[in-house]
Amino acid sequence: MPILQVENIYKEFGKLEVLKGISFSLDKGKTLAIIGSSGSGKTTLLRCLNLLERPDQGIICVNHEIIFDAEDKAVQREAQIRKNRLNFGLVFQSFNLFAQYTVLKNITLASELLAMGEKNRGKSSAVHQRIKEEAYELLAQMGLSDKADAYPHMLSGGQQQRVAIARALALKPQILCFDEPTSALDPELTGEVLRVVRELADKKTTMLIVTHEMAFARDVADHVIFMDEGLIVEEGTPAQVITSPREERTRQFLSRFSNEP
Amino acid sequence: MYECFCEVREKMTGLQSIILRLINSFGLNVRLFFMTLLFSLPLGLFIAFGSMSRFKPVAWLTKTIVWIIRGTPLMLQVLIIYFAPGLLNLGSPWGSGASARFTAATFAFVINYACYFSEIYRGGIQGIPVGQTEAGQVLGMTKLQIFFRVTLLQVIKRILPSMANEIITLVKDTSLARIISIKEIIMMAQEYTARGLIWPLFSTGLFFLAFVGVLTLLFNHLEKKLEYFKA
Repeated sequence: MPILQVENIYKEFGKLEVLKGISFSLDKGKTLAIIGSSGSGKTTLLRCLNLLERPDQGIICVNHEIIFDAEDKAVQREAQIRKNRLNFGLVFQSFNLFAQYTVLKNITLASELLAMGEKNRGKSSAVHQRIKEEAYELLAQMGLSDKADAYPHMLSGGQQQRVAIARALALKPQILCFDEPTSALDPELTGEVLRVVRELADKKTTMLIVTHEMAFARDVADHVIFMDEGLIVEEGTPAQVITSPREERTRQFLSRFSNEP
Repeated sequence: MYECFCEVREKMTGLQSIILRLINSFGLNVRLFFMTLLFSLPLGLFIAFGSMSRFKPVAWLTKTIVWIIRGTPLMLQVLIIYFAPGLLNLGSPWGSGASARFTAATFAFVINYACYFSEIYRGGIQGIPVGQTEAGQVLGMTKLQIFFRVTLLQVIKRILPSMANEIITLVKDTSLARIISIKEIIMMAQEYTARGLIWPLFSTGLFFLAFVGVLTLLFNHLEKKLEYFKA
């Protein structure tokens, strides 16, 4: 049963049409990889799902609930958008950790602010304690237990990205999105991030990954979408799309990665 | 011998009273300085938001005001703000006497410095990577939460050196208030110059130096305090 349904998303910036009618769905517990060259609209699609951009047309449903409809102004109110964003987590290419906070505070900040917003949730110190404990658990999961009190600039790129993943997971999103999570990393640091993502896939976390790591997409994804010029050109299992693509455009794109093992 | 001693004592009391009067009048400079900071620091933030407003008329209006205020001498602004209401038959919003002049001067200083601060704030805010804001957004934070919990401290860290510069300029600008007969330290010292005594005027420099010295130490301390993170 699909947890995410995307119907006919259009988005243009001025005269530039970036998305020209994107529809797909994603089942709970599955990993979807979106591949395609730069400028194909992958990142814009991800930003539309997280409502950092508002699609010009189209509908986004999570668990059969409409979280965005370009025709419906009611779901586009700021407070509603903010609430609906929490269905998704987003891990950025450039980490975007909050510079002035420790690793622990980066992970707990949003949860604490949300808890402050909701009243009558029991003793605040108990809530506080639970948020902290969960953050420590996430750090352990990321292999960063010893970095709780470090500041972002003290960490390597790979460590920062793992903190960013923990930060996104702390709000327990239905769907975790990654926007080229390893593109800003030195090659020797990509492995540690990909390992964490692979573990999440093994735990049946629903994920949507925009990536240039073909080998990784082939190994981890349940479903692959190839995008080109704002359209989905081809989709299917990794074996279909990456190993034996039907479309000429997909073959052209993948030939650039053919040197990979 | 005794006569000589008396003469020295007379000179001493003369010296003491001059210094005391200089100190007292410097109190006016210091008061004007703190009053200006108190109001212009927050007002500058509103002006900065105005100039960044997506509603074009507001942005345009704010930018024009900033242009006018930064484009004309502060001394002229003090004169206009103090005298214009009377000349235009608008009554006397400042009241009368020394306190009225001080209020008018404070008003002019606040507007002037708020405009300068607003441009520093704007540069600082726009210099923060948009990723910091977006990270807050995807974590469900409100605009205010993002500003106060994420952006603000990074902005402060970035703008501290330019703010220090501007605030140090403010210390010395306070002596411009004498244009509407506020008896700040330089005006006071000039009264002695008129009587042929030149050292009080020269010594006023030491007052400014000492005050700016303290401020410099304070700003260095703040910069050190914010060194724990990089932004």
